[in-house]
Amino acid sequence: MTDSSITAEPPNQGAPPTADEAGADPGRRRRFLVALGFLAPALVFLGVWIVYPTVYTVVRSFYDRSGDAFVGLDNYGTLFTTDILLTAIRNNAIWVLVVPAVVTAIGLVFGVLTERIRWSVAFKTAVFMPMAISMFAAGVIWHIMYTQDPSQGTINAAVRVVSDAVNPPGVLSGAAPSGDDLRGSAAQGYRLQGELKAGEVAHLGLTRIPASEVKDGVQAVVPATVEGGITGVVWRDFKPGGGGTAGEVEDGEVGIPGVTLRLTDASGAEVATATSGADGVFTFPDVGDASYRLGIASETFRESYGGVSWLGPRLITPAIIIAYIWVWAGFAMVVIAAGLAAIPRDVLEAARTDGATEWQVFRRVTAPLLAPVLSVVFITMIINVLKVFDIVLSVAPPSVQDDANVIALAMWRTSFGGVNDFGLGSAIAVFLFLLVIPVLLLNVRRFRREA
Amino acid sequence: MATVAGHPETPLIEPVDRGEGLGHSIVRALSHAPLTILLAFIGVMWLVPTLGLFFTSLLPASVISSEGWWTIFSTPSNATLENYRNIFSDEAITSALLTTVWISIGSTILPIIVAALAAYAFAWMDFPGRDWLFIGVIAMIVVPIQMALIPIFSLYDRVHLFDTLAGLILFHTAFGLPLAIFLLRNFFVGIPGELLEAARIDGASEIRIFTRLILPLSWPAIASLAIFQFLWTWNDLIVALSLARSTQPITVAIFTQLRQFGANIEIIAPAAFLSLTIPLVVFFAFQRYFVQGLLAGSVK
Repeated sequence: MTDSSITAEPPNQGAPPTADEAGADPGRRRRFLVALGFLAPALVFLGVWIVYPTVYTVVRSFYDRSGDAFVGLDNYGTLFTTDILLTAIRNNAIWVLVVPAVVTAIGLVFGVLTERIRWSVAFKTAVFMPMAISMFAAGVIWHIMYTQDPSQGTINAAVRVVSDAVNPPGVLSGAAPSGDDLRGSAAQGYRLQGELKAGEVAHLGLTRIPASEVKDGVQAVVPATVEGGITGVVWRDFKPGGGGTAGEVEDGEVGIPGVTLRLTDASGAEVATATSGADGVFTFPDVGDASYRLGIASETFRESYGGVSWLGPRLITPAIIIAYIWVWAGFAMVVIAAGLAAIPRDVLEAARTDGATEWQVFRRVTAPLLAPVLSVVFITMIINVLKVFDIVLSVAPPSVQDDANVIALAMWRTSFGGVNDFGLGSAIAVFLFLLVIPVLLLNVRRFRREA
Repeated sequence: MATVAGHPETPLIEPVDRGEGLGHSIVRALSHAPLTILLAFIGVMWLVPTLGLFFTSLLPASVISSEGWWTIFSTPSNATLENYRNIFSDEAITSALLTTVWISIGSTILPIIVAALAAYAFAWMDFPGRDWLFIGVIAMIVVPIQMALIPIFSLYDRVHLFDTLAGLILFHTAFGLPLAIFLLRNFFVGIPGELLEAARIDGASEIRIFTRLILPLSWPAIASLAIFQFLWTWNDLIVALSLARSTQPITVAIFTQLRQFGANIEIIAPAAFLSLTIPLVVFFAFQRYFVQGLLAGSVK
């Protein structure tokens, strides 16, 4: 019982009985002609659009680009020595290794889990819906989802939420010291040149800060000295309207809140950190007698998450595969759920009565009974994945289509997409055809066993 | 023989102790609130991409070029039907939609008629070579479209079918036939033979039996098939891209936009959403047949 159990085949197999097997010759002839009449349109279509082209393509693959010169296996040689075609074959191999297994696994998990919830129809509809959408439109959807800028691309926006929670971005995007006593860079952090002792007040003036980054800041204040501690102010040393003096805290100049300040000792080791308030004031209480150096930590300038380049050459194939799985998971789920529903309840009940745990019931009863369904899903997915085309074309921007290449796409691009080499294109088509032949034989064998 | 239930060699479960196994506790823990929350989350996640396209299609170009579609929730006033108005007044898009409609209708009706005739012959007529011919049809189910593109391109070029609706419909018809014949034949053989015998004894002609008996009895199968064929041709890109140039269905029209430098998202998003509304309507209206067809046809 390894054959498919879910196809809609009626129990009646093989040749249906005919009225009079040993009828008179004219009758047979007439019946033959009637049958031919019923078959003729289909035979014409299949002959002209499938059989003849298949033969023609095989023959054509042995001829050169123009179709005039016989070149033997040269086109096949080109297929296996050209970089972008080898990329296509390698990518398709990745597709075949990853997608059928993942789609079947997701389908199985969803199929099993939805059996346990009451609103399974809603869930199944949501997951299955992409099946109605064209591969091409699905690609357009994901192309938009994968936009790199996290403020536009959905995926990177989601990644940014997580990333910024783990590594909070700094309060300033870029800034420069207003005086030359503060040195360094945004990447390294800035350090005050002189040493500081307890009881001193540090002035850290910064400029080139857009007003939007200090909108929480209020009028900067020079703090009073604190006995045994170091205080200071970090402020936007820019007087709106002009006329300010660099290095002095003046009316209209605001403090920069949220700046991380780091106090280090003579050896450069960190002693303490502090954060500035809305007026730019910070305090390091009770620092002891030693001399210290003060600096603005580089975290202050840490950029917000910039987004993963999903549509770049390195991640394009995984990105398309994710989109493809989004489309096909529903198919696997529905077929597998139908297979699960067909498992006789009493068998499961019997196992449970015998004391089997749910996991044992699944592994020893459900899984073996489901195996034929799983193999149908798996094989269907192999075929689909070998022929994958539209979604690659729509997710991948033209500039990375060489990196995202797959066999079906390579065939189209070689034949119609500018190269216009029908010889090589035919060879790629034949190669694709050879890859699906095992499945073709499987289908035929399944039918003959049923017949 | 394929049967749905009653596997005789059901592996017998070994008797096990009634201890609370790890699997049991996992399954039990999962089967309550956490499972519900998890599945609700996954279900919503699955809808996000499609909803994202829809919301994107409602935003003006100036907004989409700097912000994500989710900002429509914080500033709903940005939402506008302007994009849709624009594409409906865009000749290229509207004629592409119409082309898609014609291709889909033609490529649904024609193959079903042709396939039903052939399937009837395969199911209920006896002629030499029938089984071999049928095996040939089954073999054709998985033949990649790529095998036919180059020869048919050359052929169409000679007989002036290139870049015509007819050329595209005929191509879709041919490639829809193998699966359609296979499924319909399997459905037809399930029709009780006595009905046909009775009709034949009454002197009904084959064509009469076909139109008056077989077709009316088979309409669930035909409906499933029609839905699939319709969606398949509605969603086609590669055939139209290879065998036509100015006869553009909507998928090709969007593809052309997508290829332009600095893609026009305010055209692409509404056009793409429009292109998938019909399939979604068909899907929601005929979900049952859709699933049935899928279960029957998962061999292609």
